[in-house]
Amino acid sequence: MTTRIVELRRGILKKNDELAAGLRQSYTAAGVLVLNLVSSPGAGKTAFLEWTLRELKARGSRVAALVGDLETDNDARRLAASGAPVRQINTHGICHLDAEMIGKHLDGWEGVALSGLDYLFIENVGNLVCPSSYDLGEKIRVALLSVTEGEDKPLKYPTMFNSADAAVITKMDIAGPCDFNLDLALRNINEIRPGIRIFETSAKTGAGMEEWLGYLAGQRAGRG
Amino acid sequence: MHELSLVSSIVETVTETLAGLPEPSRGARVLEVRLRVGALASVVPDSLTFCYDIATEGTPLEGSRLVVNVLPVVVHCERCAEDATLDGVQSFRCPRCGELCGEIRQGRELEIESFEIDEDKVEETA
Repeated sequence: MTTRIVELRRGILKKNDELAAGLRQSYTAAGVLVLNLVSSPGAGKTAFLEWTLRELKARGSRVAALVGDLETDNDARRLAASGAPVRQINTHGICHLDAEMIGKHLDGWEGVALSGLDYLFIENVGNLVCPSSYDLGEKIRVALLSVTEGEDKPLKYPTMFNSADAAVITKMDIAGPCDFNLDLALRNINEIRPGIRIFETSAKTGAGMEEWLGYLAGQRAGRG
Repeated sequence: MHELSLVSSIVETVTETLAGLPEPSRGARVLEVRLRVGALASVVPDSLTFCYDIATEGTPLEGSRLVVNVLPVVVHCERCAEDATLDGVQSFRCPRCGELCGEIRQGRELEIESFEIDEDKVEETA
């Protein structure tokens, strides 16, 4: 037996990382701020995004959204009510979005060009595990956590919260009935991702949303 | 669970690399594939090995062993001005001084380190 070791030192997700790097370049060239929204299913990504799209649009920003789900275009239809262009990506069983899917759906998107946008939101498949491995070229990864999920979610899913650039606590309007301990949740997020910017929001009452819009504007202007 | 797609990517990369090697390595049989997987990579080593046998069937990797080397998280502590290895991923505090550390130096790796081949077992093609 003549054995030999072949050194490789190659990223398993190299193909995705290369595609994501290409996307990132095109986002920067077009001057569009791209955000990747991740959470468990039912955390309120769509309601949060509905509010965000509607308000940004009302204030004169050019916005669009790509939304990933295993099946159905329910979320795209909900988001489209904001008047913003929305495109559904059905992964048909795949538990995350990847850079190739984003590239494909941007290419054939009728009437939407990156250069004509201020913000592009990508609503990932509801899953707190797999999407953390797949770079979509986004500038900001936002991890959402709803008050119904429990304060220890960041400790249970540290890889997702650790890879996020901002965290959003949703459904704050029902924090009381859920016995949600906000201090504990904030502390847990901070243990996993020290110094991360955290927003306490309710898409229903609008609480905390002005602060979120201010953050978006700052990020687009290259601050913070 | 995206381990099957990760394993498929491993098989693809190793097969392509093998085909690009000079003789007699080209077409050799793969004995072992070694991975470096960070504790923050969202990957379950057991799931990788579970998928591996299925994904390698009918490829030059069939029958080979997958070795997953899990790397702990290493953070940089500003207060100590030193790197520190963490015991787990439940808290990103410096084990020396207790300071929260945001700078990750190791733990997100997800890569094929190397693979071992047996050059004597070149499959003859007619």
